[in-house]
Amino acid sequence: MTDRLTLAVVTAGLSEDSTTTRLGEAIAKAASDAVDNAGQHVDIKVIQLRDLAHGLTDMMITHVASPAVQAAIDTVLNADGLVAASPTYKASYSGLFKQFFDVIDESALENLPTVVAATGGSPRHSLVLDTAMRPLLSYLKALVLPLGIYAASEDWGHADLQRRIDRVGASLGTMLLAGSPGGASGSFNDNDAARPGLRREVKDEFSNVPDFASLLASVGS
Amino acid sequence: MQLGIFTIGDVTMDPTTGKTPSENERIKATVEIAKKAEELGMDVFATGQHHNPPFVAPANPPILMAHVAAQTKNIQLSTATTLITTTDPVRIAEDYSYVQHLADGRVDLTMGRGNTGPVYPWFGKDIRQGIPLAVENYQLLYRLWHEENVDFSGRFRTPLQGFTATPRPLDEVPPFVWHGSIRSPEIPEQAAFYGDGFFHNNIFWNKEHTERMVDFYRQRYEYYGHGSYDQAIVGLGGQVFIRKNSQDAKREFRPYFDNAPVYGHGPSLEDFTAQTPLTVGSPQEVIERTLSFRDYAGDYQRQLFLMDHAGLPLKTVLEQLDLLGEEVFPVLRKEFDALRPAHVPEAPTHESLVARHQAGKDPIPGGGPDSQAAKDRAKQAEAAQRDHENSK
Repeated sequence: MTDRLTLAVVTAGLSEDSTTTRLGEAIAKAASDAVDNAGQHVDIKVIQLRDLAHGLTDMMITHVASPAVQAAIDTVLNADGLVAASPTYKASYSGLFKQFFDVIDESALENLPTVVAATGGSPRHSLVLDTAMRPLLSYLKALVLPLGIYAASEDWGHADLQRRIDRVGASLGTMLLAGSPGGASGSFNDNDAARPGLRREVKDEFSNVPDFASLLASVGS
Repeated sequence: MQLGIFTIGDVTMDPTTGKTPSENERIKATVEIAKKAEELGMDVFATGQHHNPPFVAPANPPILMAHVAAQTKNIQLSTATTLITTTDPVRIAEDYSYVQHLADGRVDLTMGRGNTGPVYPWFGKDIRQGIPLAVENYQLLYRLWHEENVDFSGRFRTPLQGFTATPRPLDEVPPFVWHGSIRSPEIPEQAAFYGDGFFHNNIFWNKEHTERMVDFYRQRYEYYGHGSYDQAIVGLGGQVFIRKNSQDAKREFRPYFDNAPVYGHGPSLEDFTAQTPLTVGSPQEVIERTLSFRDYAGDYQRQLFLMDHAGLPLKTVLEQLDLLGEEVFPVLRKEFDALRPAHVPEAPTHESLVARHQAGKDPIPGGGPDSQAAKDRAKQAEAAQRDHENSK
């Protein structure tokens, strides 16, 4: 297929060798391997929110997106899948993580296959995936996969983490293929209409402006 | 090309002195600023409408417009913006007609939906109905100005039976209307439907948004048959601070920028000037930047600048107006006029609208019989008729 898939990794990791970023990238790599096995290819685009911290704050204040922030938003908007990864701060995702999703359009994640991932110092925070990340991304209408990954410090010493990553990656890979033009399983043909909801349409706010006569009719004038 | 200024009437502390003007000082300063604009031969003075501190823009702009009209002879008085969502369209029709008479026709207005959420509930409205309110209210306003006896029933106000808005517009020609919106495409659609103007504030947003909104408005203006794509009536906002020397301008404006109500404590002056139309520099820099708006908005008819905000003291604002009126506007007017092709109209004035009315060439809402819109409607009606026949 000439149509390549894009997988965005949004990571709120802060340090140079952040385990959050490492986790996000590992999930993306596992998804990419799964897609490769099916004969397609995924471009992985990593968005380091740390680099956008000033731009995101400026945008909250002024609504003006810096070129770097706009590029990050466009990457997510045009992606076929998303890995959203945050460290756990005070029993939730970090403020920086939330800031990115605060400035993105309400419909930007609609029907976007998404994996949530979080890191923390202790396994006691593992519910952050379900109590904080999942509600936020569900609000934004992302298709959040049932499997997510929480990695505590101690998990980085066990081979089990990679097994979990591979499993989540395989799920995400399947979702990416389901949404790709040529990648659906045999029971579907290449007609997108046969698989409603899986092929994501990037919404253009100017493409569907109601004709003014129908706007008038809607208020009964 | 109409060149002028607009004010939003913010009462802001001057960060260099710690002094906040009283409401009285700010209101009187606004009048001084308007008179100075007239003195300098500027074309337009526009005022905002506000219902909340820290603003003292009038809750009903015609009060200020009438006061300025009485002390000026030439300058066009406009709004930036009139709140079409929360102001009763009957009062807009009557108050702006009245001031149009007082000002001998030197009045037009820009419709906006407002960006202060609580204003809606304060006036018994629901902010989620912003677009439907703008649609119904303006349709009623349009009828009140164009029809002597109006029967009306709608979703948002008391019905009317045989109602006549008084006074009638001067010479039977209502004030010209611009519709302003930063990013809701329904508003340029509305402006195009009626053959009205479209104004983009062009200040707090990347220029790509302005470009798309203007492009969409122009396409729809042509579709409704009011003229070609490049004949649509476009106005833009802008924001400048000028000193003879570019470095002086930046040094003097920086504390005001850094503490400004909207963008203060956010981006750097350098980033914000790169990303938005704000220009801080010499007259030549302001001229070049403003001329570049034409690259993405096409040949347009009105350019207004915000000059008196962020706590700038009156003395500084008046100096700014001198520089704008004496060194920037004459060059801009000459350059814009030289660039504009002959078939692209100037901004409407009362005189040009009266001439258009007398020639029987007023725009027909939704497009006259020769418009693409009318042809599409006829086609749809035909198809519906066929379906009807077939279903018999």
